[in-house]
Amino acid sequence: MGNILTQWLGDNLLTFILIPVPVLVWVLIFALYAVLGERKVSAWMQNRIGPNRTDKYGLLQTMLDVVKLIQKELIIPNRADRVYFRIAPYIVFTATFMGFAVLPFSSVFIGVDLNLGLFYFFAITSLSVIGVLMAGWSSNNKSSLFGGMRTVAQIVSYEIPTALSAIVVVMLAGTLSMQRFAEIQSGGILNWYIFGGPGSLIKFILIPVMVVSALILFISTLAETNRTPFDLTEADSELVAGVHIEYSGMMFAMFFLAEYAQMFAVSGIITTLFLGGWQSPFGDLIPFLNSPVFQVFWFLAKSLFLVFVQMWLRWTLPRVRIDQLMTMCWKFLIPITLVDLFLVAVYMILT
Amino acid sequence: MPYTTILFYVLAFIIVASAVLVVFNKNVIHSAFALFFTLFAVSGIYVLLRADFIAITQIMVYVGGILILLIFGVMLTTKITDVELKTKNLNVVPSVIFSLGIVIILIFVILSTKWNIRMAPESEETVSQIGKALLTTYLLPFEIASVVLLVALIGSAMFARKIKD
Repeated sequence: MGNILTQWLGDNLLTFILIPVPVLVWVLIFALYAVLGERKVSAWMQNRIGPNRTDKYGLLQTMLDVVKLIQKELIIPNRADRVYFRIAPYIVFTATFMGFAVLPFSSVFIGVDLNLGLFYFFAITSLSVIGVLMAGWSSNNKSSLFGGMRTVAQIVSYEIPTALSAIVVVMLAGTLSMQRFAEIQSGGILNWYIFGGPGSLIKFILIPVMVVSALILFISTLAETNRTPFDLTEADSELVAGVHIEYSGMMFAMFFLAEYAQMFAVSGIITTLFLGGWQSPFGDLIPFLNSPVFQVFWFLAKSLFLVFVQMWLRWTLPRVRIDQLMTMCWKFLIPITLVDLFLVAVYMILT
Repeated sequence: MPYTTILFYVLAFIIVASAVLVVFNKNVIHSAFALFFTLFAVSGIYVLLRADFIAITQIMVYVGGILILLIFGVMLTTKITDVELKTKNLNVVPSVIFSLGIVIILIFVILSTKWNIRMAPESEETVSQIGKALLTTYLLPFEIASVVLLVALIGSAMFARKIKD
């Protein structure tokens, strides 16, 4: 079994209920501080100070924001479809959280080490699309509906480059299990897949291909999480706030939580595929740094760095237009990943 | 009762209840959203049958692809802000007789079949087995299916372009 809790508590129902708890707690804490982090990062990039009233560094800011959101009345528009309006935010968050089941936080902690882990992740996170469509349609609001349909068109298109660039690593590793991806890249920073993965010296000719694949995976997951520069779904100048318009209070907070959870989830996927997962960059030189507890630290550190890059890009780049978005996906990203796939296949035949 | 059995009955209930909603709902979009729960619960049944690859493919293809296309189709073919599309019941008497006949045949078949019940073997690497089977034993059907899909893609692109002039 891939999980230390099943070893401690046995293979029973209680364990299966307990395993998601630490992950859920992490997601909530992460979302609280990522919101604050986002505001701080944006402030520093624009030469401002950022939230600093609630504590010396504004550390309580988002907690108080959550308290404010809990107090707010849940306003449901008169002509909205009440049932689907209520369940849509929960479907979006649940679909995102289900993806965390296959994230390997450490060699002894993973929700479930499926043989099909990566495939499961891509399938299950695409479920959130249904929730977004429900929210957009049931709000009975033009801008909401257009926002929802844009989101769906964008996510469905960008699923293709995401999957294709991940397949490059799948081909080299010969597995789909997330835990195996991390295990294979043992032995230091040079054995990570961004540097061609483990193998003899000839693998270094793969570096350009792998760097391009990692970049494309990063770009397309950025588009799947609807972050700037791809946040056309809530483009405030055109659509007010997309599917979020009619939502208030905790239902809005669920959408927000789902967005931040997904930011971390896709960062975790890129970390596992290209940046060695929970492996320490020093390999076996310092065995202490590769102990299970430290593995959690490495995994979170690498993923949080990628989350920081996402925020960095958000406050650096302007939004793209919808036609530019689709052109980039279909005319640039997909052909480039196909060439990447071909090159890796040739490499695998020759070596 | 082992909890997999409880899970099975929960999933079966969800499938039947949401399928009833799909059929009897007057509003087409409500039917489409109810279909989401049906398809998702069906993939849960596949998991209980230890067909993990099929379960995930079910989510990927039916929920992530076909259902979204369906909802898009419904949304784009009617007025966007107030959906007026409704379904009606036609030919009630013949359809009831016909479906009752099918139910009777199905019950008869289920009761008269001898079911061999055994635990499904826990297969470790379903993907690699499926991949090998697709590229050796079933290579010809696999290639034909891909050619058919390619033709469908080209055909739909052609139809989409014709509207311009």
